[in-house]
Amino acid sequence: MHSDFPLFPVQGSAQAREVDLLFVTTVLLALFFATLISVLLIVFAVKYRRRPKDRPPAPIHGSTVLEILWSSIPFVLAMVIFAWGAAVYFRLNRPPDDTMTVNVVGKRWMWKLQHPSGRREINELHVPVGTAVRLNLTSEDVIHSFYVPAFRVKADALPGRYTTTWFQATRPGRYHLFCAEYCGTQHSGMIGWVEAMEPEAFQAWLSGGPGQVPMAAAGERLFNDLGCVTCHSARSGDRGPSLDALYGSTIRLQTGETVTADAAYLREAILFPAARVTAGYLPVMPTFRGLVNEEGILELIEYLKSRAESQGGAAAAAVAPARSPSPGKEVPTP
Amino acid sequence: MSGTPAGRHYLNSAYGIRSWLLTVDHKRIALLYLTSVTLMFMLGGVFAALVRLELLTPAGDFFHADTYNKMFTMHGIVMVFFFLIPGIPAVLGNFLIPMMVGARDLAFPRLNLLSWYLFTIGAVFTLFNIVIGGVDTGWTFYTPYSSAYTTTNIVPVALGIFISGFSSILTGLNFIVTIHKMRAPGLTWFRLPLFVWAHYAYSIIVILGTPVIAITIVLLALERVFHLGFFDPALGGDPVLFQHFFWFYSHPAVYIMILPAMGVISEIIACFSRKRVFGYSFVAASSLAIALLGFLVWGHHMFVSSQSVFAGLIFSILSFLVAIPSAVKVFNWTSTLYRGSISFQTPMLYAFGFLGLFTIGGLTGLMLATLGIDVHVHDTYFIVAHFHYIMVGGTVMAYLGGLHYWWPKITGRMYPEWWGRLSALIVFIGFNLTFFPQFIVGYLGMPRRYYAYPPEFQVLNVMSTAGASILGVGYLIPLVYMIWSMRYGKAATANPFGATGLEWQTSSPPATENFAEPPIVTEEAYAYDRIPVPERGVYAG
Ligand code: HEM
Ligand SMILES: [Cu+2]
Repeated sequence: MHSDFPLFPVQGSAQAREVDLLFVTTVLLALFFATLISVLLIVFAVKYRRRPKDRPPAPIHGSTVLEILWSSIPFVLAMVIFAWGAAVYFRLNRPPDDTMTVNVVGKRWMWKLQHPSGRREINELHVPVGTAVRLNLTSEDVIHSFYVPAFRVKADALPGRYTTTWFQATRPGRYHLFCAEYCGTQHSGMIGWVEAMEPEAFQAWLSGGPGQVPMAAAGERLFNDLGCVTCHSARSGDRGPSLDALYGSTIRLQTGETVTADAAYLREAILFPAARVTAGYLPVMPTFRGLVNEEGILELIEYLKSRAESQGGAAAAAVAPARSPSPGKEVPTP
Repeated sequence: MSGTPAGRHYLNSAYGIRSWLLTVDHKRIALLYLTSVTLMFMLGGVFAALVRLELLTPAGDFFHADTYNKMFTMHGIVMVFFFLIPGIPAVLGNFLIPMMVGARDLAFPRLNLLSWYLFTIGAVFTLFNIVIGGVDTGWTFYTPYSSAYTTTNIVPVALGIFISGFSSILTGLNFIVTIHKMRAPGLTWFRLPLFVWAHYAYSIIVILGTPVIAITIVLLALERVFHLGFFDPALGGDPVLFQHFFWFYSHPAVYIMILPAMGVISEIIACFSRKRVFGYSFVAASSLAIALLGFLVWGHHMFVSSQSVFAGLIFSILSFLVAIPSAVKVFNWTSTLYRGSISFQTPMLYAFGFLGLFTIGGLTGLMLATLGIDVHVHDTYFIVAHFHYIMVGGTVMAYLGGLHYWWPKITGRMYPEWWGRLSALIVFIGFNLTFFPQFIVGYLGMPRRYYAYPPEFQVLNVMSTAGASILGVGYLIPLVYMIWSMRYGKAATANPFGATGLEWQTSSPPATENFAEPPIVTEEAYAYDRIPVPERGVYAG
C-alpha cells in the first residue's frame, strides 16, 4: 500500500488559500450543528428513555418562537456563507488584467495545450509561478473539465464554446491535472501534470522546443492556405469585409442587430458562416467545417487579434469588449 | 413461537398467481412493488460491490475501463430510477395512504395496477439492455457523449426510464386525488399524518417534474437516432441545454426521494417517543416549501459549466433557502424527543441513523451550495459522499425503518427484534466507514467516475471498500430475517407498537376492504398524550 497518505491537498495557488479558509469555516460550522444535534439526540435518548410504568409524556405541541428562532439563525448564517462563497467565486472568475494566456483543447483522451509563442504540449502544462495564467478552453468532441486540485480550479471544456478560468501558482512544483467531467472509456486516463516553474526557468523552457511558430504566424499561414485571403483582402474587391480591425470591434449584421467580434463570434463565422452575416454582404462564404480543427481556429483567431492590434493597439483596446460577467462568453483579451 | 394470523385478510382472500397479477387492491400492489424494488436494490447493490472492488487498488486491474464505466452507470440508473424514486411511495405509500386517510383503496385502483406494470416493463427494458451490453454514460447521460459518441445502448435504456416515469406520474396523480377526495369524515387537512403530507408534496413534484425528464429523454433518443441537432454543437445544438433540462427534473428528483422518507421518519419518531411531532404544522408546511423551492435550484449542478456568474449567484442563494425547511424538520424531530417516552426498537434505531446521516448530508450540501467551494469539489468524490449521505443515509435508512415499523401490519408477523437492532447498527457503522473517507478523498481532488486513480488516494479507498462490505452485510441481514419472519415470525396484534393512526385501528394484516366500517376521525394525528404508554418493548422479539 502506498505510504504517502495525505489528508489535505497542497495549496499551490493564491486561490487555494482563500478556498480552504472558506471550506474550513464551513466545516467548523457544520461540526457545530452536527454536534448540537447529536448531543441533543443522545441526551434526550438517555434522559427520556422509556421506563416501566412511564406516565404519558408531556403534552408539548410546538413553539412558534422556537420555530422562528431556528429558521432565522440558520438563515442568517447561510446568507453570510453565501456572500463569502460568492465573493470567492467572483475572484475565481475574474482574472487580473495582466495575464498570460494558454489555449487548451480537450480531446478524448488528452489535453492539448498551446502557448501563444507557439510552444505546444500534451497533458503537461508549464507555467511560471507568480504570473496569472488565463486558460482559454474548448473541446474537440465531448465535454471535459480541466481540474487542478492544488489550485482549486476547475472549468468545463465544452465543444463549440470558449470558456475561461485562471490561476496563479505560488510555488514551484508538479501538480495533478485531471479531467473531471466523465468523457468515456479513458476518462480516468485523461490526466497530466501542471509544472509550475520559476520565471527564468519557464522562459528558458518556453523558448526551447522544436521549431516553434508563434500562434499568430501559424494563423496567418492557415489564412492563406485555406484561401480566406481570396475574399478578405484589398485585392478581392468587396466580396468579403476587411478583417483588419475586426477583432473586438462591434459589427452590424444583416438583421440589423449588432454583435461584438469576439472569439466565439469568429469561430462561428468560420464554421457556420451563414448564421450571422455582416450587413452589406451576401451569404456567400463557404463553411470551413472539417477543414480546420479547433487548434487551427484558435490560431486564426490569434492572427486576427494580432492584425487588430497592429491597426492601432489603442483603438483596438478601446473597442475591446468590457468583460462580460459570463465566463462562457468571455473573450480572450490580450 | 409461530402463530397464525387469524381470520380473512387481503393475503388469504384469494390465492394463485392470477389473483396477484390482476389484483386492484392497493395492498397487494404494494407487495408487487416491494418484490420488484427489492430485486432492483439487490441488483444495484451488486454493481456497487463491483465498483468498490475495482477501486480497491489504484490501477484499473479487475475490469476493463468500459466494463467499469458500464457498472457505475448501471449502479446509478438502477438505484435512482428503479429503487430510490419509486421505493418508499410505491411500497409504503401505496400500502398506507388509503388506510391513513380511512379509505378502502386509492382513487383509481386500476391505474395503480397499470403503474406497477409500467414500472416493471421499464425495468425489464433496462435490464434487457444490460444483457445486450450495457450503457456507459453515467446516469446523467450528458450530451454530446450520450447523443453522438458512445456506442452503447442509449435508446433501450432511455425507453425503460421513459416508461417507468409514467408509472411515477400515475402514482402521484392517484395520491393527490385520494388525499383530496377520499379522507374519512372528520379527517381535516391538519389532522392528516405527516406521512400523508410528505406524499402530497412528493406527488406535486412528480407530476410537475417527470414530464420534463420524459421529454428530455425523447429528445436525446431522437437526436441519437435521427441526428436532430438539439444538444450536439456539431449539429448546431447546445450541450448545456441538455444539462438544464436534465437537472430541472433530476434535482427535484432528490426531493422526490427524500420527502417520503421524511414522512416515514415523522411517523416513527412520534410513535417511539409517544409524542405529537413538535411543530406539526411547520413540518407539514416545510414539505410543501421544499417541493416548490426544489424546482428553482437545478443550476447548482452547473457552476463550472460556463454558466454566467450571475446565474451562479441566483442558484446558490436559492439552494441555501431550500435547505432551511429541511433544517427546520431536523430541529423539530429532535425536539419531539424532549420529555418523551423513548423506546429503542428497530424502526427508531433506523430513524436515529437517519437523523445523523441526513444531517451530515444536508450540512455538506450547504458547502456545495457555497460557490467558492463547489468549484473545487464539483465532480469529485466529495459529491459522491454527499449524495450517498442524503440518498442512502436518508432514503434507505427511512425505507428500512418504515419497512420494519409497518411490517406487522403488512404481513401480520413480527420481525425478530434482536436481529433488527443488529442490522440497524451494522448498517450505520458500515455506512460511515464507506462514505466518510470519500469526503476526504474528494477534497484531496479525486474525481468521480475514475476507474484508476493516483496511488496516494488508496488508503481512503481501501477504507471505503471495507466499509462497503460491512454495509452489504447490514443490508443482507434484514433480507434474510424478513423472509424468515413471513413464515415463522410471531403473530402480530392489530397495533403492536401502540401507535395512533387509522392504519393501526384495523386488523394485521388488514382485510381487503381495510376497515370493517368506514372510520370517523375525531382527533389529530398524534394524540399520544391521551393513550397509556405500553410497557417497555411491548414486544421484545
Ligand atoms: C454499499 C452501498 C454502496 C456503495 C459501496 C456505493 C458505491 C458507489 C460508488 C463508488 C459510486 C461512484 C462511482 C463513480 O463515480 O466512479 C457510486 C455512485 C452512485 N451511487 Fe452508490 N453505492 C452504494 C449504494 C448506493 C445506493 C443504495 C444508492 C441509491 C439508493 C446509490 C446511488 C448511487 C448513484 C446515483 C451514483 C452515481 C452514479 C453515476 O455516477 O452515474 N448508491 N456508488
Ligand atoms: Cu475528459
